Amino acid sequence: MNPILDVSNLTMDFGGLRALDNFDLNIAKGEIVALIGPNGAGKTTLFNCITGMYAPSGGDICIYPDVDKKVRLNGLKPNMITAKGMTRTFQNIRLFPNMTVLENVMIGRHCRTSSGILSAILRTSSARKEESGIVEHSYKILEKFGLNDFVNELARNLPYGAQKRLEIARALATDPFLLLLDEPAAGLNSRETKELDTLIANIRNEEKISILLIEHDMKLVMSISDRVVVMDYGKKIAQGPPDEIRLNPAVIKAYLGEEFVA
Amino acid sequence: MLNLSEIKRSLLVSLWFIFLTFPIMVIRVNPIEKIVEWRWGNMLLVGIGSFVISFIWRYFIRQKELGLKKIEMGEKITPLLKKLAIRESKYVKSLFLTLVIAAVLFPFVFSTYQTTIMTTVLMYVVLGLGLNIVVGLAGLLDLGYVAFYAVGAYSYALLNYHFGLGFWTVLPLGAIMGAFFGILLGFPVLRLRGDYLAIVTLGFGEIIRLVLENWNEFSFGPSGIANIPRPSFPGIQFSLQQATVYQYFLTIGLAVFTIFVVNRLQDSRIGRAWIALREDEIACQAMGVDKVRTKLSAFALGATWAGMVGVMFAAKTTFINPASFTFIESALILSIVVLGGMGSVPGVIIGAFILILLPEYLRAFAEYRMLLFGAILVLMMVFRPQGIISNVRRTYELKGIQK
Repeated sequence: MNPILDVSNLTMDFGGLRALDNFDLNIAKGEIVALIGPNGAGKTTLFNCITGMYAPSGGDICIYPDVDKKVRLNGLKPNMITAKGMTRTFQNIRLFPNMTVLENVMIGRHCRTSSGILSAILRTSSARKEESGIVEHSYKILEKFGLNDFVNELARNLPYGAQKRLEIARALATDPFLLLLDEPAAGLNSRETKELDTLIANIRNEEKISILLIEHDMKLVMSISDRVVVMDYGKKIAQGPPDEIRLNPAVIKAYLGEEFVA
Repeated sequence: MLNLSEIKRSLLVSLWFIFLTFPIMVIRVNPIEKIVEWRWGNMLLVGIGSFVISFIWRYFIRQKELGLKKIEMGEKITPLLKKLAIRESKYVKSLFLTLVIAAVLFPFVFSTYQTTIMTTVLMYVVLGLGLNIVVGLAGLLDLGYVAFYAVGAYSYALLNYHFGLGFWTVLPLGAIMGAFFGILLGFPVLRLRGDYLAIVTLGFGEIIRLVLENWNEFSFGPSGIANIPRPSFPGIQFSLQQATVYQYFLTIGLAVFTIFVVNRLQDSRIGRAWIALREDEIACQAMGVDKVRTKLSAFALGATWAGMVGVMFAAKTTFINPASFTFIESALILSIVVLGGMGSVPGVIIGAFILILLPEYLRAFAEYRMLLFGAILVLMMVFRPQGIISNVRRTYELKGIQK
C-alpha cells in the first residue's frame, strides 16, 4: 500500500542527547498506528518533529498528497503543516480556555478559510457566507462528538473528559488526512476510554482519516490499532500487529527489564 | 463576626498605620518659632479611622470570596452587562438615543472648557480601544503604545511644517505611519511574550521619545513644534470656540468609527485568531493559525488608531513636544484597558471616562487629587480584577442547524 506519511532516518539531537535516532515510520491511508514505549523514549519528540514544533536535526519527513507526488516537510512551521493536513492534540490539554466550545472548533477552520481584515470590517457577503459556513461545519463536528449541549459554554468549564473530546474535535475541524493524538486516553475512566475507542474508530471508518496515537493504555492500543510501533531510546525496537507485539521479547525487555524475558 | 481575633487584627492594622503616618501626621516642625508641634489628635484620628476601615475592608473581601466560591460551586453568575441587557432590553434603545442626543447637545450646553475635556476623553477612548486590540484581544503586553501616538502627532506636525499638508490629508497618512511602525516593532518581538515583550515595548517607546527629544534637526527637540493648524473645513474659517466644537464632533466620529470596526473585528476570523493567540500560542499555531501574521496584524491595527489619534492630538493642541509622549501616558492607556476590562469594548469606554474625568473633576480636592486617584485604582483592582465590564464571549444561536 502507498504510504501517506513517510518518515525516514529522522534524527533529533538536544545538545548531546539523541532523542530520535534514525527513526523510520510510514503510515498508509486509513491506518491506525499506535506508538508505544517507556517514558522518555522519544514519542512526543517524534510528534513535535512531524508537526513542525521542532526542526529535526536530520532525516526526512514527507507526505504524499497524490500517489506520485511527494512533499518534504522538514522545517515548515506548525501552521503550514496543519494546512497541509496533519493535525495534533496535546498530552496536556491545550484548549483555548476562555473561548466558547464552538469558538474553539471554529479556530480549527481558520486555515481552511481566508477572509481578512478588510472584509471583516465591511462584512462583505462572501465573508458572511464563509462565517456561517464555519459555524455550521463546527457545529456538525460538535454534534458528532456529543458536545452540542455545550456550544456556548466556555471551554474551561467543561468536565475533563469533554475537554479531551473537544481537543480532538478541534483538530478534526482542520480537515486533516492524518490525526496525531498524544495520549488521548490519559486521565479518562474505563467507560470514557471505551467511548474514545469507538470515537477514534468512527473517525477512521467514516472519513478515511489515518491516525497515529501515543498511548499508555494497552487495552485501548491492542483493541484499536492496526499496527503498533514500539520505541525505546529514540529507536524503533519493534513493529507489527498488536498480537505479535504483545509477545515480542524486545518489547517486554524494554518495558519490564531483562529478567522478565522468558 | 465581631470576635476577639478580628478586633486584634484591626488593632494591629491601626497601630501599623499610626506608625506609618507618625512622621507626617503627628510631628510638625515649626522652623520660625523653632519648636516641634505634637499633634496627638491626628494620631487618634488615624488610629480610629484605620480601625474602622479595616473592618469594612475585610467585610468586602469576604463578600468577594463568597462570590468566587459560588462560581467554583458551579453557580452561574450572569455578567453585569448581560444582566442589564436582559432586564432592560427594551430600554437599551431609548438609552442609546439619549446618549446620542446628549453627545450632540453637549458642546452647546456646556462651556468650551468642558467640551475640550470631553474631546480628550474621546481621544483616550480611541487609544484605549486601539491598545485593547493588542493587549486585550491578542494578549501582547505593550508598554510602549504611546510611541505610535507620537508617530501620528509628529507625522502631522512635520508634514505640515515642511510640505504644508492639511489635516485631512495627514489623517490617513498618520494611520498608515502608525501601522508601519507597529509592524516595525512587531518584527523583532515576534518570539517574545509576557514580561519580555513588555520590556522590549517599553524600550521601544522610550527610543521614539528620546529620538524626538535629541534629533534637533528632525524634530526640533524639546522645544517642539508650534502653530500646527487645527482641522479645517473647506470654505469656512472657524473661531476658536467653533473649532473646539468642530474638533469635538470629529473625535466623536472617530470614536464611533473605532467602536464599529473593533466590534466587527473581534467576532471575525481574525479576531478569533487573536484571542486564540492570547489563550495558547502553541495550540493556536498547531491549529493552523499563522502566528507571525496574526501578531503583526494585531500590532499594526492597534498602532493605526494611535497614529490617527496622534494626528488629532496635534491638531487639537496646535503644539507638540516630546514631553507629551512619556511612559506615564502608555501606563495611563494600559490602565484604561485593564480597569475597564480587557477585551471588552464598553469596558474600555467606561474605563477611559473614569480615568480621564476623575483627575479632572477631583481638582476640587487639590493636593489629594492624585492620592484619591491612586486609591480608586487600587480598590478597583482588589475588588474587580476582571475590570468594570468583563469581556463576554459571543454566543451563537443555532436554531437553524439544531434540528
